[in-house]
Amino acid sequence: MINLTINGLPVSVEEGSTLLEAAQFLGFPIPTLCHMEGLTPYGACRLCVVEIGEGKRSKLVTSCTYPAEEGLKVRTASARVVRARKMIIELLLASCPQSKTIQDIAAAHDVRQQRFKQEYEDCILCGLCVRMCEEQMMAKAIGFRGRGEKRSIGTPFDVKSDACRFCGGCMYVCPVVELRCTYNEPEKAICGACANLSPPCLEKEQFDDMMCYMDPCVACEIKTD
Amino acid sequence: MKTEEVANLTERHLKAGDGLISILEDIQGKHGYLPEEALREVAEQTGRSLVDIYGVATFYRAFSLTPRGRHLIAVCSGTACHVRGGPRVIKEIEQQLGISAGETTPDREFTLETVACLGACALGPVVVIDGHYLTKVETTKVKGIIEQARKGLDKVEVKGDERVFPIEVSCPRCNHSLIRSDVLLDGIPAIRVTVAFDHKHGWLSISSLYGSYTVSSKHHIPEDTIVDFFCPHCHAELLGGTMCPECGAPMVPMIVRGGGIVQICSRRGCKGHMLDISGTNL
Ligand code: FES
Ligand code: FES
Repeated sequence: MINLTINGLPVSVEEGSTLLEAAQFLGFPIPTLCHMEGLTPYGACRLCVVEIGEGKRSKLVTSCTYPAEEGLKVRTASARVVRARKMIIELLLASCPQSKTIQDIAAAHDVRQQRFKQEYEDCILCGLCVRMCEEQMMAKAIGFRGRGEKRSIGTPFDVKSDACRFCGGCMYVCPVVELRCTYNEPEKAICGACANLSPPCLEKEQFDDMMCYMDPCVACEIKTD
Repeated sequence: MKTEEVANLTERHLKAGDGLISILEDIQGKHGYLPEEALREVAEQTGRSLVDIYGVATFYRAFSLTPRGRHLIAVCSGTACHVRGGPRVIKEIEQQLGISAGETTPDREFTLETVACLGACALGPVVVIDGHYLTKVETTKVKGIIEQARKGLDKVEVKGDERVFPIEVSCPRCNHSLIRSDVLLDGIPAIRVTVAFDHKHGWLSISSLYGSYTVSSKHHIPEDTIVDFFCPHCHAELLGGTMCPECGAPMVPMIVRGGGIVQICSRRGCKGHMLDISGTNL
Protein backbone atom coordinates (compact mmCIF):
# COMPACT_ATOMS: atom_id res chain seq x y z
CA MET A 1 0.00 0.00 0.00
CA ILE A 2 1.12 3.51 -0.77
CA ASN A 3 0.40 6.41 1.55
CA LEU A 4 -0.13 9.88 0.24
CA THR A 5 -2.12 12.96 1.13
CA ILE A 6 -4.71 14.55 -1.07
CA ASN A 7 -5.87 18.03 -0.14
CA GLY A 8 -4.44 17.39 3.31
CA LEU A 9 -6.28 14.11 3.88
CA PRO A 10 -4.16 10.97 4.21
CA VAL A 11 -5.12 8.03 2.03
CA SER A 12 -3.50 4.71 1.26
CA VAL A 13 -4.03 3.07 -2.10
CA GLU A 14 -2.74 -0.01 -3.80
CA GLU A 15 0.48 0.17 -5.70
CA GLY A 16 -0.11 1.07 -9.32
CA SER A 17 -3.22 3.15 -8.76
CA THR A 18 -3.34 6.57 -10.30
CA LEU A 19 -3.81 9.86 -8.50
CA LEU A 20 -7.25 10.09 -10.09
CA GLU A 21 -8.32 6.82 -8.52
CA ALA A 22 -6.94 7.89 -5.15
CA ALA A 23 -8.83 11.19 -5.35
CA GLN A 24 -12.01 9.46 -6.41
CA PHE A 25 -11.67 7.12 -3.45
CA LEU A 26 -11.76 10.14 -1.16
CA GLY A 27 -14.54 11.69 -3.17
CA PHE A 28 -12.70 14.68 -4.54
CA PRO A 29 -14.16 15.54 -7.90
CA ILE A 30 -11.73 15.82 -10.79
CA PRO A 31 -13.15 16.52 -14.23
CA THR A 32 -12.04 14.12 -16.94
CA LEU A 33 -12.69 13.84 -20.62
CA CYS A 34 -10.36 11.31 -22.20
CA HIS A 35 -10.45 8.96 -19.23
CA MET A 36 -12.77 6.00 -19.06
CA GLU A 37 -12.75 3.06 -16.78
CA GLY A 38 -11.74 -0.08 -18.62
CA LEU A 39 -9.53 1.74 -21.08
CA THR A 40 -5.84 2.45 -20.61
CA PRO A 41 -5.15 5.99 -19.38
CA TYR A 42 -4.02 8.20 -22.21
CA GLY A 43 -3.57 11.73 -20.88
CA ALA A 44 -4.78 13.53 -23.98
CA CYS A 45 -7.18 16.17 -22.74
CA ARG A 46 -5.20 17.42 -19.69
CA LEU A 47 -8.46 18.29 -18.00
CA CYS A 48 -7.67 16.19 -14.94
CA VAL A 49 -4.62 18.23 -13.90
CA VAL A 50 -3.68 18.30 -10.23
CA GLU A 51 -0.77 19.92 -8.43
CA ILE A 52 1.84 17.78 -6.74
CA GLY A 53 4.80 18.66 -4.55
CA GLU A 54 5.26 21.75 -2.46
CA GLY A 55 6.45 25.29 -2.75
CA LYS A 56 8.66 26.13 -5.69
CA ARG A 57 8.99 22.59 -6.87
CA SER A 58 5.30 21.94 -7.20
CA LYS A 59 4.08 21.04 -10.64
CA LEU A 60 0.98 20.18 -12.59
CA VAL A 61 0.47 16.60 -13.73
CA THR A 62 -2.43 14.72 -15.25
CA SER A 63 -3.95 12.68 -12.48
CA CYS A 64 -5.35 10.01 -14.81
CA THR A 65 -1.87 8.91 -15.81
CA TYR A 66 0.24 9.78 -12.76
CA PRO A 67 0.88 6.82 -10.46
CA ALA A 68 0.46 7.31 -6.73
CA GLU A 69 3.79 7.75 -4.97
CA GLU A 70 4.69 7.29 -1.33
CA GLY A 71 4.42 10.52 0.63
CA LEU A 72 3.16 12.56 -2.30
CA LYS A 73 1.22 15.73 -1.50
CA VAL A 74 -1.53 16.32 -3.99
CA ARG A 75 -3.86 19.29 -4.39
CA THR A 76 -6.82 18.82 -6.65
CA ALA A 77 -8.27 22.31 -6.54
CA SER A 78 -5.48 24.79 -5.79
CA ALA A 79 -5.63 28.19 -7.44
CA ARG A 80 -3.05 27.07 -9.97
CA VAL A 81 -5.00 23.93 -10.83
CA VAL A 82 -8.24 25.83 -11.26
CA ARG A 83 -6.58 28.41 -13.49
CA ALA A 84 -5.01 25.72 -15.67
CA ARG A 85 -8.23 23.77 -15.87
CA LYS A 86 -10.24 26.78 -16.95
CA MET A 87 -7.70 27.52 -19.63
CA ILE A 88 -7.96 23.95 -20.92
CA ILE A 89 -11.73 24.18 -20.99
CA GLU A 90 -11.49 27.42 -22.95
CA LEU A 91 -9.20 25.76 -25.44
CA LEU A 92 -11.53 22.80 -25.79
CA LEU A 93 -14.45 25.17 -26.32
CA ALA A 94 -12.45 27.03 -28.92
CA SER A 95 -11.90 23.93 -30.97
CA CYS A 96 -15.15 22.09 -30.46
CA PRO A 97 -17.94 24.35 -29.18
CA GLN A 98 -20.78 22.13 -30.34
CA SER A 99 -19.99 19.25 -28.02
CA LYS A 100 -22.54 18.83 -25.27
CA THR A 101 -19.98 17.10 -23.05
CA ILE A 102 -17.58 20.02 -23.29
CA GLN A 103 -20.36 22.56 -22.80
CA ASP A 104 -21.42 20.78 -19.63
CA ILE A 105 -17.89 20.75 -18.27
CA ALA A 106 -17.54 24.44 -19.08
CA ALA A 107 -20.79 25.25 -17.31
CA ALA A 108 -19.77 23.27 -14.27
CA HIS A 109 -16.52 25.23 -14.03
CA ASP A 110 -18.08 28.60 -14.61
CA VAL A 111 -16.43 29.16 -17.96
CA ARG A 112 -18.80 31.40 -19.91
CA GLN A 113 -16.68 32.46 -22.82
CA GLN A 114 -13.39 31.70 -24.44
CA ARG A 115 -10.76 34.09 -25.70
CA PHE A 116 -9.34 32.22 -28.65
CA LYS A 117 -10.01 32.02 -32.34
CA GLN A 118 -13.21 30.06 -32.70
CA GLU A 119 -12.92 26.84 -34.67
CA TYR A 120 -15.47 24.18 -35.35
CA GLU A 121 -13.43 21.04 -35.17
CA ASP A 122 -15.13 17.67 -35.27
CA CYS A 123 -12.62 15.81 -33.21
CA ILE A 124 -10.50 16.65 -30.19
CA LEU A 125 -8.25 13.60 -30.62
CA CYS A 126 -9.00 12.28 -27.16
CA GLY A 127 -8.39 8.78 -28.47
CA LEU A 128 -11.34 7.23 -26.60
CA CYS A 129 -12.72 5.61 -29.74
CA VAL A 130 -9.33 4.23 -30.74
CA ARG A 131 -8.84 2.65 -27.34
CA MET A 132 -12.42 1.42 -27.22
CA CYS A 133 -12.01 -0.24 -30.61
CA GLU A 134 -8.74 -1.87 -29.67
CA GLU A 135 -9.12 -2.73 -26.04
CA GLN A 136 -12.76 -3.50 -25.54
CA MET A 137 -13.91 -4.55 -28.98
CA MET A 138 -10.59 -6.18 -29.94
CA ALA A 139 -11.00 -4.88 -33.45
CA LYS A 140 -8.34 -2.26 -34.15
CA ALA A 141 -10.37 -0.95 -37.03
CA ILE A 142 -9.63 2.72 -36.43
CA GLY A 143 -6.48 4.47 -35.37
CA PHE A 144 -4.51 7.69 -35.42
CA ARG A 145 -3.15 8.87 -38.73
CA GLY A 146 -0.66 11.56 -39.63
CA ARG A 147 0.82 13.88 -37.09
CA GLY A 148 0.76 17.42 -35.83
CA GLU A 149 -1.89 19.57 -37.44
CA LYS A 150 -2.84 16.78 -39.78
CA ARG A 151 -3.44 14.17 -37.12
CA SER A 152 -6.80 12.54 -37.49
CA ILE A 153 -8.67 9.41 -36.55
CA GLY A 154 -10.14 6.98 -39.01
CA THR A 155 -9.74 3.72 -40.84
CA PRO A 156 -6.69 3.00 -42.99
CA PHE A 157 -7.09 4.51 -46.47
CA ASP A 158 -10.46 5.91 -45.42
CA VAL A 159 -12.31 2.88 -46.61
CA LYS A 160 -14.46 0.51 -44.64
CA SER A 161 -12.21 -1.68 -42.54
CA ASP A 162 -12.51 -5.44 -42.58
CA ALA A 163 -11.82 -5.44 -38.87
CA CYS A 164 -14.89 -3.31 -38.10
CA ARG A 165 -17.90 -5.17 -36.83
CA PHE A 166 -20.17 -2.14 -36.79
CA CYS A 167 -20.44 -2.25 -33.03
CA GLY A 168 -20.79 1.51 -32.73
CA GLY A 169 -18.59 1.55 -29.63
CA CYS A 170 -16.56 4.40 -31.09
CA MET A 171 -19.63 6.59 -31.38
CA TYR A 172 -20.84 5.62 -27.96
CA VAL A 173 -17.70 6.86 -26.22
CA CYS A 174 -17.09 9.91 -28.37
CA PRO A 175 -17.49 13.11 -26.33
CA VAL A 176 -18.14 15.16 -29.45
CA VAL A 177 -19.91 12.43 -31.39
CA GLU A 178 -17.70 12.83 -34.37
CA LEU A 179 -18.10 9.36 -35.72
CA ARG A 180 -21.69 9.46 -36.73
CA CYS A 181 -23.36 6.39 -37.99
CA THR A 182 -22.66 6.46 -41.71
CA TYR A 183 -25.00 3.81 -42.96
CA ASN A 184 -25.77 5.91 -46.02
CA GLU A 185 -22.13 5.81 -47.10
CA PRO A 186 -21.28 2.14 -46.84
CA GLU A 187 -17.97 2.63 -48.64
CA LYS A 188 -16.51 4.95 -46.04
CA ALA A 189 -18.42 3.60 -43.13
CA ILE A 190 -16.90 3.02 -39.77
CA CYS A 191 -20.21 1.98 -38.40
CA GLY A 192 -21.58 1.03 -41.76
CA ALA A 193 -24.85 -0.34 -40.60
CA CYS A 194 -26.72 -0.31 -37.41
CA ALA A 195 -27.00 -3.53 -35.57
CA ASN A 196 -28.57 -2.58 -32.32
CA LEU A 197 -31.07 -4.83 -30.81
CA SER A 198 -34.11 -2.78 -31.55
CA PRO A 199 -36.57 -4.54 -33.81
CA PRO A 200 -35.73 -3.14 -37.26
CA CYS A 201 -32.21 -4.49 -37.05
CA LEU A 202 -33.02 -7.85 -35.60
CA GLU A 203 -35.04 -8.68 -38.64
CA LYS A 204 -32.13 -8.17 -40.97
CA GLU A 205 -30.01 -11.27 -41.08
CA GLN A 206 -26.80 -9.53 -42.14
CA PHE A 207 -26.67 -7.96 -38.70
CA ASP A 208 -26.74 -11.29 -36.92
CA ASP A 209 -23.45 -11.17 -35.09
CA MET A 210 -23.15 -7.50 -34.44
CA MET A 211 -23.62 -5.47 -31.37
CA CYS A 212 -24.38 -1.82 -31.25
CA TYR A 213 -24.39 0.68 -28.46
CA MET A 214 -26.54 3.18 -30.22
CA ASP A 215 -30.00 3.00 -28.90
CA PRO A 216 -32.41 3.90 -30.24
CA CYS A 217 -30.99 4.04 -33.72
CA VAL A 218 -32.86 4.03 -36.95
CA ALA A 219 -29.94 4.48 -39.29
CA CYS A 220 -30.57 1.12 -40.88
CA GLU A 221 -34.02 2.34 -41.80
CA ILE A 222 -32.71 5.26 -43.81
CA LYS A 223 -33.37 4.61 -47.45
CA THR A 224 -30.45 4.94 -49.82
CA ASP A 225 -30.80 4.57 -53.55
CA MET B 1 4.12 -4.18 -56.88
CA LYS B 2 3.70 -7.91 -56.67
CA THR B 3 2.41 -9.24 -53.42
CA GLU B 4 5.02 -12.03 -53.39
CA GLU B 5 7.71 -9.44 -53.76
CA VAL B 6 6.46 -7.66 -50.65
CA ALA B 7 6.06 -10.96 -48.86
CA ASN B 8 9.65 -11.99 -49.60
CA LEU B 9 11.01 -8.65 -48.64
CA THR B 10 9.06 -8.63 -45.39
CA GLU B 11 10.18 -12.12 -44.56
CA ARG B 12 13.79 -11.18 -45.14
CA HIS B 13 13.50 -8.24 -42.79
CA LEU B 14 11.67 -10.23 -40.16
CA LYS B 15 14.40 -12.87 -40.22
CA ALA B 16 17.02 -10.21 -39.76
CA GLY B 17 15.07 -8.98 -36.75
CA ASP B 18 14.29 -5.64 -38.39
CA GLY B 19 11.38 -3.50 -37.40
CA LEU B 20 8.45 -2.18 -39.37
CA ILE B 21 10.19 0.99 -40.44
CA SER B 22 12.98 -0.82 -42.31
CA ILE B 23 10.37 -2.82 -44.18
CA LEU B 24 8.46 0.30 -45.17
CA GLU B 25 11.68 2.09 -46.10
CA ASP B 26 12.57 -0.76 -48.40
CA ILE B 27 9.22 -0.69 -50.17
CA GLN B 28 9.33 3.07 -50.44
CA GLY B 29 12.87 2.87 -51.86
CA LYS B 30 11.84 0.40 -54.53
CA HIS B 31 8.62 2.06 -55.61
CA GLY B 32 8.92 5.63 -54.59
CA TYR B 33 5.79 5.30 -52.50
CA LEU B 34 3.84 2.85 -50.36
CA PRO B 35 1.07 1.21 -52.38
CA GLU B 36 -2.05 0.17 -50.53
CA GLU B 37 -1.72 -3.53 -51.38
CA ALA B 38 1.85 -3.50 -50.15
CA LEU B 39 0.78 -2.17 -46.76
CA ARG B 40 -1.96 -4.76 -46.53
CA GLU B 41 0.56 -7.47 -47.34
CA VAL B 42 2.98 -6.18 -44.72
CA ALA B 43 0.15 -6.25 -42.18
CA GLU B 44 -0.55 -9.85 -43.09
CA GLN B 45 3.08 -10.94 -42.93
CA THR B 46 3.99 -9.18 -39.72
CA GLY B 47 0.78 -10.06 -37.98
CA ARG B 48 0.23 -6.43 -37.04
CA SER B 49 -3.00 -4.70 -37.65
CA LEU B 50 -3.32 -2.42 -40.63
CA VAL B 51 -4.15 0.64 -38.49
CA ASP B 52 -0.76 0.46 -36.81
CA ILE B 53 1.07 0.21 -40.08
CA TYR B 54 -1.01 2.94 -41.64
CA GLY B 55 -0.39 5.10 -38.59
CA VAL B 56 3.37 4.72 -38.94
CA ALA B 57 3.26 5.23 -42.70
CA THR B 58 1.33 8.48 -42.35
CA PHE B 59 3.36 9.72 -39.39
CA TYR B 60 6.76 9.94 -41.05
CA ARG B 61 7.48 12.44 -43.77
CA ALA B 62 9.85 9.98 -45.42
CA PHE B 63 6.93 7.81 -46.44
CA SER B 64 4.43 8.71 -49.10
CA LEU B 65 1.17 6.96 -49.83
CA THR B 66 0.73 8.49 -53.25
CA PRO B 67 3.02 7.93 -56.21
CA ARG B 68 5.75 10.50 -56.53
CA GLY B 69 6.78 12.28 -59.69
CA ARG B 70 9.85 11.35 -61.72
CA HIS B 71 11.65 14.37 -60.37
CA LEU B 72 11.65 15.25 -56.71
CA ILE B 73 12.11 18.89 -55.79
CA ALA B 74 12.72 19.57 -52.13
CA VAL B 75 12.87 23.18 -51.05
CA CYS B 76 14.25 24.05 -47.66
CA SER B 77 11.89 25.98 -45.45
CA GLY B 78 14.12 25.95 -42.41
CA THR B 79 14.65 29.15 -40.48
CA ALA B 80 17.78 30.31 -42.30
CA CYS B 81 16.40 29.57 -45.74
CA HIS B 82 13.12 31.17 -44.76
CA VAL B 83 14.69 34.50 -43.96
CA ARG B 84 16.84 34.28 -47.06
CA GLY B 85 13.79 34.08 -49.29
CA GLY B 86 12.84 30.40 -49.25
CA PRO B 87 9.09 31.11 -49.28
CA ARG B 88 9.45 33.17 -52.47
CA VAL B 89 11.27 30.30 -54.13
CA ILE B 90 8.59 27.84 -53.04
CA LYS B 91 5.89 30.12 -54.37
CA GLU B 92 7.64 30.54 -57.68
CA ILE B 93 8.08 26.77 -58.12
CA GLU B 94 4.46 26.24 -57.16
CA GLN B 95 3.39 28.72 -59.79
CA GLN B 96 5.62 27.24 -62.46
CA LEU B 97 4.41 23.72 -61.83
CA GLY B 98 0.86 24.60 -60.98
CA ILE B 99 0.84 22.52 -57.80
CA SER B 100 1.29 23.33 -54.15
CA ALA B 101 3.94 21.95 -51.85
CA GLY B 102 3.43 18.29 -51.08
CA GLU B 103 1.74 17.57 -54.38
CA THR B 104 2.68 15.88 -57.62
CA THR B 105 1.98 17.28 -61.07
CA PRO B 106 -0.81 15.43 -62.91
CA ASP B 107 1.68 14.19 -65.52
CA ARG B 108 3.72 12.60 -62.71
CA GLU B 109 6.80 14.56 -63.67
CA PHE B 110 7.44 16.61 -60.54
CA THR B 111 6.82 16.25 -56.85
CA LEU B 112 7.35 19.34 -54.75
CA GLU B 113 8.19 19.03 -51.10
CA THR B 114 9.36 21.31 -48.36
CA VAL B 115 11.90 20.17 -45.82
CA ALA B 116 13.03 21.74 -42.60
CA CYS B 117 16.74 22.47 -42.87
CA LEU B 118 19.17 20.55 -45.02
CA GLY B 119 22.15 21.58 -42.96
CA ALA B 120 23.52 24.02 -45.50
CA CYS B 121 22.01 27.13 -43.98
CA ALA B 122 24.82 29.48 -44.96
CA LEU B 123 24.10 28.73 -48.61
CA GLY B 124 20.35 29.21 -48.42
CA PRO B 125 17.81 29.15 -49.89
CA VAL B 126 18.65 25.56 -50.70
CA VAL B 127 16.76 23.49 -53.27
CA VAL B 128 17.47 19.81 -53.79
CA ILE B 129 16.35 18.48 -57.10
CA ASP B 130 16.84 14.82 -57.92
CA GLY B 131 19.65 14.66 -55.41
CA HIS B 132 21.47 17.75 -56.71
CA TYR B 133 21.99 20.49 -54.17
CA LEU B 134 21.37 23.95 -55.54
CA THR B 135 22.32 26.82 -53.31
CA LYS B 136 21.46 30.51 -53.13
CA VAL B 137 18.53 29.90 -55.42
CA GLU B 138 16.73 32.98 -56.68
CA THR B 139 13.24 33.13 -58.06
CA THR B 140 14.58 34.09 -61.48
CA LYS B 141 16.54 30.84 -61.66
CA VAL B 142 13.56 28.62 -60.95
CA LYS B 143 12.42 28.35 -64.52
CA GLY B 144 15.84 27.26 -65.72
CA ILE B 145 16.15 24.71 -62.95
CA ILE B 146 12.85 23.09 -63.84
CA GLU B 147 13.82 23.01 -67.52
CA GLN B 148 17.11 21.35 -66.66
CA ALA B 149 15.41 18.78 -64.48
CA ARG B 150 13.01 17.95 -67.27
CA LYS B 151 15.94 17.27 -69.56
CA GLY B 152 17.45 15.12 -66.87
CA LEU B 153 20.12 16.48 -64.61
CA ASP B 154 21.74 13.12 -64.19
CA LYS B 155 22.11 12.23 -67.83
CA VAL B 156 23.77 15.44 -68.82
CA GLU B 157 26.55 14.82 -66.41
CA VAL B 158 27.36 11.18 -66.23
CA LYS B 159 27.91 10.80 -69.93
CA GLY B 160 29.69 14.01 -70.80
CA ASP B 161 31.85 14.41 -67.75
CA GLU B 162 35.41 13.49 -68.61
CA ARG B 163 37.22 15.99 -66.50
CA VAL B 164 40.07 14.72 -64.36
CA PHE B 165 41.13 16.69 -61.28
CA PRO B 166 41.78 15.95 -57.62
CA ILE B 167 39.01 16.58 -55.11
CA GLU B 168 39.09 16.66 -51.36
CA VAL B 169 36.09 15.06 -49.74
CA SER B 170 34.63 14.69 -46.28
CA CYS B 171 31.85 12.72 -44.63
CA PRO B 172 28.41 14.30 -45.11
CA ARG B 173 27.49 13.38 -41.55
CA CYS B 174 30.45 14.31 -39.37
CA ASN B 175 32.38 16.42 -41.88
CA HIS B 176 35.67 14.67 -41.04
CA SER B 177 38.00 14.52 -44.01
CA LEU B 178 38.00 11.19 -45.78
CA ILE B 179 41.41 11.79 -47.30
CA ARG B 180 44.32 9.85 -45.82
CA SER B 181 47.67 11.42 -46.55
CA ASP B 182 49.52 8.18 -45.84
CA VAL B 183 47.58 6.18 -48.43
CA LEU B 184 48.53 7.01 -51.99
CA LEU B 185 46.65 6.10 -55.14
CA ASP B 186 47.52 7.60 -58.51
CA GLY B 187 50.38 9.20 -56.63
CA ILE B 188 48.21 11.43 -54.45
CA PRO B 189 46.51 10.97 -51.07
CA ALA B 190 43.44 8.76 -51.52
CA ILE B 191 39.91 8.65 -50.12
CA ARG B 192 39.61 6.03 -47.41
CA VAL B 193 36.24 4.60 -46.34
CA THR B 194 34.98 1.42 -44.71
CA VAL B 195 32.91 -0.94 -46.80
CA ALA B 196 30.74 -3.93 -46.09
CA PHE B 197 29.43 -6.53 -48.48
CA ASP B 198 28.52 -10.12 -48.24
CA HIS B 199 29.40 -10.49 -44.53
CA LYS B 200 32.80 -9.00 -45.25
CA HIS B 201 33.94 -5.76 -43.77
CA GLY B 202 37.09 -3.76 -44.40
CA TRP B 203 38.73 -0.67 -45.78
CA LEU B 204 38.52 0.64 -49.32
CA SER B 205 40.69 3.30 -50.87
CA ILE B 206 39.44 5.29 -53.81
CA SER B 207 41.58 7.56 -55.91
CA SER B 208 40.78 11.17 -55.09
CA LEU B 209 41.32 12.04 -58.71
CA TYR B 210 37.90 12.83 -60.12
CA GLY B 211 37.59 10.83 -63.31
CA SER B 212 40.00 8.11 -62.22
CA TYR B 213 38.57 4.79 -61.15
CA THR B 214 41.58 3.39 -59.32
CA VAL B 215 40.58 1.59 -56.12
CA SER B 216 42.18 -0.85 -53.73
CA SER B 217 40.57 -2.71 -50.88
CA LYS B 218 41.22 -5.17 -48.08
CA HIS B 219 38.92 -7.82 -49.51
CA HIS B 220 38.55 -8.48 -53.17
CA ILE B 221 35.21 -7.06 -54.27
CA PRO B 222 33.72 -9.08 -57.13
CA GLU B 223 32.39 -7.12 -60.10
CA ASP B 224 28.76 -6.02 -59.86
CA THR B 225 28.54 -6.30 -56.07
CA ILE B 226 26.72 -3.44 -54.41
CA VAL B 227 28.75 -2.36 -51.40
CA ASP B 228 27.68 -0.41 -48.33
CA PHE B 229 29.93 2.55 -47.61
CA PHE B 230 30.64 3.85 -44.11
CA CYS B 231 32.53 6.80 -42.72
CA PRO B 232 35.66 5.56 -40.90
CA HIS B 233 35.26 8.33 -38.30
CA CYS B 234 31.61 8.42 -37.31
CA HIS B 235 30.68 5.04 -38.81
CA ALA B 236 27.56 6.50 -40.37
CA GLU B 237 26.49 4.84 -43.57
CA LEU B 238 27.13 7.05 -46.55
CA LEU B 239 23.75 6.97 -48.17
CA GLY B 240 21.95 9.79 -49.87
CA GLY B 241 18.81 8.34 -51.38
CA THR B 242 19.85 8.99 -54.97
CA MET B 243 20.06 6.08 -57.36
CA CYS B 244 22.78 5.62 -59.96
CA PRO B 245 21.52 6.84 -63.32
CA GLU B 246 23.62 4.14 -65.01
CA CYS B 247 22.75 1.01 -63.09
CA GLY B 248 20.17 1.90 -60.43
CA ALA B 249 22.32 1.06 -57.40
CA PRO B 250 22.33 3.56 -54.50
CA MET B 251 24.74 6.46 -54.86
CA VAL B 252 27.25 7.33 -52.15
CA PRO B 253 27.45 11.05 -51.36
CA MET B 254 30.52 12.86 -50.08
CA ILE B 255 31.02 16.56 -49.40
CA VAL B 256 33.56 18.31 -51.59
CA ARG B 257 35.81 20.73 -49.79
CA GLY B 258 34.98 24.20 -50.98
CA GLY B 259 31.28 23.50 -51.43
CA GLY B 260 29.39 20.89 -53.35
CA ILE B 261 28.68 17.21 -53.33
CA VAL B 262 30.18 14.33 -55.26
CA GLN B 263 28.30 11.06 -55.57
CA ILE B 264 29.69 7.77 -56.75
CA CYS B 265 27.90 4.55 -57.57
CA SER B 266 28.09 1.85 -54.92
CA ARG B 267 28.27 -0.95 -57.49
CA ARG B 268 31.74 -2.31 -58.13
CA GLY B 269 32.69 -1.69 -61.73
CA CYS B 270 29.96 0.85 -62.43
CA LYS B 271 31.35 4.21 -63.42
CA GLY B 272 28.28 6.27 -62.51
CA HIS B 273 29.15 9.46 -60.71
CA MET B 274 27.83 12.98 -60.29
CA LEU B 275 29.45 16.18 -59.21
CA ASP B 276 27.66 19.27 -57.99
CA ILE B 277 29.83 22.15 -57.05
CA SER B 278 27.35 24.60 -55.59
CA GLY B 279 25.07 24.21 -58.52
CA THR B 280 27.66 25.36 -61.02
CA ASN B 281 26.52 22.87 -63.61
CA LEU B 282 23.29 24.73 -64.16
S1 FES C 1 -8.68 12.68 -18.27
FE1 FES C 1 -6.64 12.84 -17.70
S2 FES C 1 -5.81 13.80 -19.43
FE2 FES C 1 -7.82 13.48 -20.08
S1 FES D 1 17.61 26.31 -43.10
FE1 FES D 1 17.80 25.65 -45.13
S2 FES D 1 19.54 24.43 -44.98
FE2 FES D 1 19.28 25.01 -42.92
